[in-house]
This record gives sequence, structure tokens and C-alpha cells, in this order.
Amino acid sequence: MNTGAPRIEGGAVLRFAPHARFRFDEVRQAWIVLAPERLLLPDEQAVEILRLIDGARDVDAIIDELAGRFDAPRDVIAGDVLPMLQDLVDKKVLRQ
Amino acid sequence: MRSLKGANIEPPLALLAELTHRCPLRCPYCSNPLELSRASAELDTATWSRVFDEAAALGVLQVHFSGGEPLVRRDLVELVGHAAKGGLYVNLITSGIQLDADRLALLVEAGLEHVQLSLQDSDPAPGDRIAGLAGAQETKHRVAALVCAAGLPLTVNAVVHRQNLGRLEDIIDLAVTLGADRLEVAHVQYYGWALANRAALLPSREQLDEATAIVEAARARLAGRLVIDYVVPDYYAHWPKSCMGGWGRRFLNVTPSGKVLPCHAAETLPGLRFPTVGEASLAEIWYHSAAFERFRGTAWMAEPCRSCERREIDWGGCRCQAFALTGDAARTDPACALSPDHELLAGARHEAQDATPDFVHRQHSSAPSLLRQLVPQSA
Repeated sequence: MNTGAPRIEGGAVLRFAPHARFRFDEVRQAWIVLAPERLLLPDEQAVEILRLIDGARDVDAIIDELAGRFDAPRDVIAGDVLPMLQDLVDKKVLRQ
Repeated sequence: MRSLKGANIEPPLALLAELTHRCPLRCPYCSNPLELSRASAELDTATWSRVFDEAAALGVLQVHFSGGEPLVRRDLVELVGHAAKGGLYVNLITSGIQLDADRLALLVEAGLEHVQLSLQDSDPAPGDRIAGLAGAQETKHRVAALVCAAGLPLTVNAVVHRQNLGRLEDIIDLAVTLGADRLEVAHVQYYGWALANRAALLPSREQLDEATAIVEAARARLAGRLVIDYVVPDYYAHWPKSCMGGWGRRFLNVTPSGKVLPCHAAETLPGLRFPTVGEASLAEIWYHSAAFERFRGTAWMAEPCRSCERREIDWGGCRCQAFALTGDAARTDPACALSPDHELLAGARHEAQDATPDFVHRQHSSAPSLLRQLVPQSA
């Protein structure tokens, strides 16, 4: 049986898993994500996305916000945002 | 303020804190050195606390409490608390023996974020045989339940080899039953004790291919439930692993007696003097010690690494493996297909085909001479 990972949809509200930490590192002057035996160093674009993960906005709202902020087509932004968020859900850094 | 930071050297990401070499288990692939440190040589609470402060200031983000078995340290809760207060993300790497609900609650309160529980097998009899301890396997169920009940994420680390690969599917199923969020299926890496027992543990090509297929299928089947990380054995590799992400690039290791190493096996290398935490700060050691400089970057490389387009991908592979197999730590890792020594691995695979499943457990004292008697000499 293929249970598969839950696919995130536009209405999903994501938050960081209880033992994932998204914080600014003073030594590197950069944002980092800490999780069990994982360390992610998100690039500038990923940081913009992750800073919108607040446990209130849904995925659609995050895409809308970024599309407006960067004056870019919504489907282009969605093409960047959805795979990244799905990957972090699969890695159990984010949860629905 | 004087900057200790050297040119082009990034701060380390993680510290492996080997609190002790004491351990109730005696696994024959133990990553500890053949010469184990005594309890009396271990750093005290205040010194470890200072090391964690220095690590955080240097830019270390995660600390892995390891050993040996870190639970044998009576000050473990205090040490976890100190590291967590300093901003470090604290992992506990444990066999689970000696962990009870009260102590785990204290560890969680102190700031522990995650537990990695070792698993020797899916079946009690072979599991206890590898661990060298009756009842070891049974404790995994109890401890996994405690960790899950405490709300901590659980990683199960299953070390796999010729003698348990036939039960890999059961091992994966057991990790799910235990409530793991993450499973490491780690083929034995052949250093120290494992190198001495290589002929009894090294899988065949067929076993490896079957294991890889099982892991791939399980990853698809369990996506979203269980994250599976897979560590393949060097002895069937085409390219070497990027060992530690490169010497002195990502990680540092502090031994029970306070030596600071680029990796846990580095003490096997001759001609390098590793400073202790009593002699210099972690920052001075990381940025300026001769031992950390020795194999950092690419300038030390000879051919075929020097001109290889992969030299900043795998950083020449593993220095300890190069030394263990060729006697020269500066040679290309024999795991690399381009290494002139690559045939050495074929010899080891051949030797393992006909070997008996007998191995020697790790133990204190006289290990090297005992091992010389038991390890088959290759021609």
C-alpha cells in the first residue's frame, strides 16, 4: 500500500514542527533551520517564504503575498513555493 | 576585538561531544577507538560546560551527545541544560539502556530536542548477540515508547551488515512500530573495531543491491510517515563519500579526555597532534591548529585528486580510510574508482566471502594484540 505523504494544498495552514527551529544566527548573520540531525541554510528566497509560515496564513495567502511583493505571476511563485514547502513537510520540518 | 576567523574558513555546524567511552554494549562495529579512554580521564562537568559555551560562540548550531553511552554520565542532565541554554540544539545518541521515564523527563526539561536510539537487529537473539548484552533488544521497545510519550522526535539508527541485512524489511517495520520519525539505515563504516571485524560484517554485492532496493521501496511506501536516510558502504562505492563534508569544514569532535578532532576516527592518523580543550579554545583550534589545517581544502591533495573536477565535492574522501588501507593518510581514498589503490577493496570483498560470522566485541585493554590473533590476514 502506498500511503504517500499528505500533499499540501492551497488551503493548508503550515507551521514548524515542535522540534524544528527557524532562527537568525548571529555568527553567520543568516537565517537557519534546525531539526533533528538536520540543518538547513535557506537562501534568501527560501527565507522570504519561511518567514511567512506563522501558523495563520494558508499556502494560498503566502503565494499571493509573495506574488504581490515581487510583482511576479502567481503561477511562477507557486512553482517555487509549493515544491519547497512539500519537501519540508516530507522532511517533517513543517507540518499541517 | 581580534578576529580569530581565518580566510575562507567557515565556522563549524555541529559538535560531536563524546562524553565517555563507557558503554553497556560491546558492538563489534563500535566507532570508538581501539584504545578506549578510562572514566578517570574524562572531562569534568565544568570543562564540558565551557566547551559548549565556546562551541556556541564559534558558531556551532547542533551538539550531538554521544559516547560510548552518554547516559552513564551522572551529570548528563546538567550538561544538556548548559548546552541548550547556550543556544545549541541538543541531540542524544544512545543505546537506551539505563534510560527511565524520570531521567528522560529531566532531560526534556533541560532542553533536549531529539533522541537517536540505536537498533542492532529486529530479532532479540541476534540483536543481543551483536550488542554483547542479554536483554538489550527488549529495552528498545520500552525506551522508544518513553521518547514518544515525552513528545520528542525519535530517530532509530540501525547499523546494517552481512549478519542482519536479511532482516532489513523487519528492521524497517520495527522502526515504524517503535514510533520513529526518522530511520537511519547505516551500513557499517569500516574503521577501528569494525575494520578489525570486517570479514565477518561486510555484505556481498547482492545483499547490498537488495538492501538498496528495499530502502527505495520503503521510502516510497512510508513517505510522510518515516524519513529514511541511507548510508551506503564505501566498499562498493564508485565515488568516495564526502567524509565529514571535508576535513575541518563542517564538524568537530571532542573526545572523552578533551582532544579536539575533525572526526571521531582522526586519532588513528599518525603524525598529527590534536590539541585538547585545556590547551586552547575551540575557535583557536578550529581556525589555527596545524591538525585542522593539515587536510583542509584542496592544497594538500596529490593526483588523482588534485586535478579532479570532484575535488570540492568529496574532498578526497576519507583520510582515516586512506591511512587504514594504504598506510598514507594523504592518498586518495581507495573507495574512489580513480584511486590507484581501489583494488584493495576488491580484496576485502573477496576475503569476506568465505569468512565465518565470528567477530570480536569491543572491550577495554589489550584489544590490538587480541585483534591481531583473530583478524584473518589478507594476502
